[in-house]
Amino acid sequence: MKATSALDSGVDSWDGGGKEPLKASYGKMMMWFFILSDALTFSGFLTAYGLMRFKFSDTWPIADQVFNHFPFMHGDHPMYFVALMTFILIFSSVTMVLAVDAGHRQDKRKVTSYMFLTIIGGLIFLGSQAWEWKNFIGGNMGAIQMHDGKIIQFVNADGKQIALTSFAKTGHSTRINHEKGNGIWFSSGEALPEVSLAQVLDGFNADNSLSIRIEKLDPATGDKIVLARAEAERFLAESKRVVYGANLKVNEYGNTQFADFFFFITGFHGFHVLSGIIINIIIFINVLLGTYEKRKSYEMVEKVALYWHFVDLVWVFVFTFFYLI
Amino acid sequence: MGICFHILLLNIKNKKMTAHAHESHTGRIWKVFGILSLITIIEVFFGIWKPEFLMSPWLSPFEGGFFGAIGNFLLGIFIYIKPLNFFFIALTVVKAYYIVWFFMHMSDETKGLRRAVVWTSVFLIIYLTALLLIEGSYVGDAISPYVKWDY
Repeated sequence: MKATSALDSGVDSWDGGGKEPLKASYGKMMMWFFILSDALTFSGFLTAYGLMRFKFSDTWPIADQVFNHFPFMHGDHPMYFVALMTFILIFSSVTMVLAVDAGHRQDKRKVTSYMFLTIIGGLIFLGSQAWEWKNFIGGNMGAIQMHDGKIIQFVNADGKQIALTSFAKTGHSTRINHEKGNGIWFSSGEALPEVSLAQVLDGFNADNSLSIRIEKLDPATGDKIVLARAEAERFLAESKRVVYGANLKVNEYGNTQFADFFFFITGFHGFHVLSGIIINIIIFINVLLGTYEKRKSYEMVEKVALYWHFVDLVWVFVFTFFYLI
Repeated sequence: MGICFHILLLNIKNKKMTAHAHESHTGRIWKVFGILSLITIIEVFFGIWKPEFLMSPWLSPFEGGFFGAIGNFLLGIFIYIKPLNFFFIALTVVKAYYIVWFFMHMSDETKGLRRAVVWTSVFLIIYLTALLLIEGSYVGDAISPYVKWDY
């Protein structure tokens, strides 16, 4: 390293890497400051989410009612899947720090296997994230949007949410989804929902035990308010269309801002995980090639580990603010 | 529970002082993993259980001029947010501490680097959060009376 230094002035300055102010190498310190700036970016997103949440605190969707899927299980299972994702990411952090630890002891075989496990953990996490997105975009029970944009969900006599398909009167009209093959002038359009608005309203009118749940929260219980039948009918007179799932324009679960921030923040985090995996793979190949063995220092593994732990750190906060609170 | 963590933490610190360079820290890593897992399990457990006594603020805002304002400021975490949410945020910060200190090895960096990174982020984030949440709740209070809920 000294050879690259033009002049050793003997003062504390970066002279081509020979000096190490704060006893940290240039690369490691820059990784720390990159992480600092990235942490501030994420805190910008999360506090913006907080602003929207405080702004709509009387109508914000309840996370337990949104993220309640678990693979190969039916029914209502809030929290478990995201807890599993958190464990996967924490565990991949553990294998990463074990790789760093093995690097300190110049143990190439262990660095290789631990880094491999880290990459696998990251891929499993990304897959879980994709599955979570799929469920969120696809929707669950379905809802109705009113003319002024409010979302109405349907409940049975016990106050439990029910799917639109479970009560809608189907079969009295033929609706054909417009596809490329059946029209000369094809312009792409939205796919038809499983049931039409008219079918949902007919089904609702036919069953007197049903009612609706509106976005507004009951301040006493913190749950969404379930309306009495007569009032529900007045709300439904204003209904506009059937909504399935969430996207950037409409959200079956309530406020569209919830979906926007979910896509944006978990998407940005997922992009970090993806880039972390790619960087990990590059460093992993270098470990295999023996680059760091020749260099007699596994510091590159430490630097990429810093980034990987940061991704885990961000997820800890996303987990708290999106799912727990 | 706080005491419990503290004892574990002291253990870790003592170990660090006696550790030599290039010695394996595998034991410490698994211990930190245990702590992080335990906290996550506690969070999930409380997230599902949602006990009644943690679901609404323990104190109501103080009235009355200067001292009321001071009281609301100092005891704000018991007045304006649910104890459960405060509990979750506190546990999250504990988790963040363990990740940064023992996985990212911040405890091995010099005091200058540590403060440059940690203090900068902590103070800026607290400032940003305070501004945005105050603004958000103000806008919420201002617009919610104009949202129609009777048809």
